[in-house]
Amino acid sequence: MAEDLLQQLVNGVAWGGIYALIALGYTMVYGVLKLINFAHGEVYMVGAMTGYYAARSFGLAGAPSLLGLVATLAASMAVCALLAAIIERVAYRPLRSAPRLAPLITAIGVSLLLQNLGQLVFGADPKFFPPLLESRNVFEVGKLSVSNVQLAVLGTAILLMAALQWIVMRTRFGRAMRAVSFDAQAAALMGVPVDRVILGTFVLGAVLAAAAGVLVGLTNPKIDPLMGVLPGLKAFVAAVLGGIGNIPGAMVGGLLLGVIETFVSGYLSSTYRDAIAFVLLIAILLYKPTGLFGTTQTEKV
Amino acid sequence: MSRRWLVGGIGAIAVVALACGSGREGGAAGPEPIQVGHYASLTGDTATFGQSTDRGLRMKIDEINAAGGVLGRPIEIITEDDRSITEEARSAAQKLLQRDQVVALLGEVASSRSLAAAPEAQRARIPMITPASTNPKVTEVGDYIFRACFIDPFQGAVMAKFARETLGADRVAILFDFKQDYSVGLADFFRKTFEASGGTIVADERYTSGDIEFRAQLTKIRATKPDAIFVPGYYTEVGLIAKQARELGIDVPLLGGDGWDSSKTLEIGGKAVEGNYFSNHYAADSDRPEVVAFVRAYRERWGETPDAMAVLGYDTGGILADAIARAGSTDPEKLRDAIAATRNYPGVSGTISMDENRNARKDAVVMKIRDGAFRYEQTVPAF
Repeated sequence: MAEDLLQQLVNGVAWGGIYALIALGYTMVYGVLKLINFAHGEVYMVGAMTGYYAARSFGLAGAPSLLGLVATLAASMAVCALLAAIIERVAYRPLRSAPRLAPLITAIGVSLLLQNLGQLVFGADPKFFPPLLESRNVFEVGKLSVSNVQLAVLGTAILLMAALQWIVMRTRFGRAMRAVSFDAQAAALMGVPVDRVILGTFVLGAVLAAAAGVLVGLTNPKIDPLMGVLPGLKAFVAAVLGGIGNIPGAMVGGLLLGVIETFVSGYLSSTYRDAIAFVLLIAILLYKPTGLFGTTQTEKV
Repeated sequence: MSRRWLVGGIGAIAVVALACGSGREGGAAGPEPIQVGHYASLTGDTATFGQSTDRGLRMKIDEINAAGGVLGRPIEIITEDDRSITEEARSAAQKLLQRDQVVALLGEVASSRSLAAAPEAQRARIPMITPASTNPKVTEVGDYIFRACFIDPFQGAVMAKFARETLGADRVAILFDFKQDYSVGLADFFRKTFEASGGTIVADERYTSGDIEFRAQLTKIRATKPDAIFVPGYYTEVGLIAKQARELGIDVPLLGGDGWDSSKTLEIGGKAVEGNYFSNHYAADSDRPEVVAFVRAYRERWGETPDAMAVLGYDTGGILADAIARAGSTDPEKLRDAIAATRNYPGVSGTISMDENRNARKDAVVMKIRDGAFRYEQTVPAF
């Protein structure tokens, strides 16, 4: 009983790590731009697809190796960084001074564009991610089992989140990001290159989404051009759950959502699994719109 | 919605363009071809199903045309892709019925998609034969709907008996796809037979087509200590389920139905699907001469071993051509009566007779996955 509970917790945390990585991109962009970047789920999809093609072109399909995994991650991150930069430059920057609804609708448009472009370029058939790590259980106590793949996913996710936290809190760029998030106009007056900071934020978020795409390819190796839709929405819920705009909030929100979904499947019925995220979203918006870690901002007049 | 229209529109233009092109080339010479519509999942989650039936079907039709066609006319297959989406199956069928005015409609493999399209054929009073949809509801739609395969009450019973008698299982867990009529029905019939023969269903878990994470359900199943797990789903999810089950240390055999029959099961599942069993329409490694000849010809043309969907596509083409010849015309009502009168048609998947409910009565085989291939295990005669 206790072993099963613990196993479900492991399942949930590994699954939630993916949500957390995607949720970070939502929350960072919201932090600096007050924009919900709905195209973010598609960046995750492109990350998985790039990882798939990279792994195959590196000849890793039959030869799992840690180095191969790192190379695949790097390739996928590079492509997604470029994609995010293009999206920001082409779709969002021209609308910087438009009412907030305009970029939001543009974001949905970009999302649909990428979904359909994905079907055109990659084909609608699901693809099966080559196993970059030979799956074996590294940890077995009684019935509780944790595979090296799950550990690698969790490890990579934690590493990336720590790196992000360091960038945001300890570097010049991070300080600029926080300044823009706090008050973009004042930051601009102080000489912070706002456009470049915003671009950097998009790129940072995309790098994390790319990693999520490759990692999901390792644990759940089926990928297709529409794979970003549902996880994208759920990661958005995770970001709201943690308090949108708040970076540790997104991490906790992602992990929590993963655990909640797993517990709902494991102890209630998997029929409710996809619904629970959205029930949660409604509940938060009704009772605690700032999320778990968000703080109330007084409207300046 | 607009996306679907756009894609559909482009598809339609492409198909019309193709049809015009081929019409100009071949139309002037011979007699007018008999047009038959095939809606199939050429892309999407169950792409191998549609690709296989289409290949099998085309092979049979080419053989018939090479031998002079039927009623002195060649048969032309018009294939419409439904991208493995239920609603698309319906519009694909509509296109074939209205735009192309086909004399018969063939398709689908997935029961949910056949069920979406069948009312269109019934309303238009055009005979439809599904090659591989096993859910009983499909042919219950109306008297113009037929199938070339057995039905799930039989298939579910086959696997329940196999689990009980051959594997000696007392406790079985079920994990099924509750979005697919096929999976829901098969789980249901398995449950009934297995419990009637004294076994216990210890867990009844669900998933949804398109899911990639099954560890929560599998952990729950693991706690019930089953002797086997029945997973009556389609190959994409089955491969992932097998992998995650083995990772969680579940080493009892997984059992399934004909939805497993795709080379993708082996590609996705790898070592994790070894030692599992599923019921099927035919065994490629059988030594029956019809099967041997078919497998050789199919490999020559398409470069791969035919799966059951390819065989059923081939047999469906044969049943239709045979019925057109016996009807002596392509009049839909005469054609319907001729298909209904099919008796002892010598198909590759077995001898096919239509019963009074327009279902084919046929034997089933149980396959085992061993050394990265599907191996024949035993035959279960029709009952």
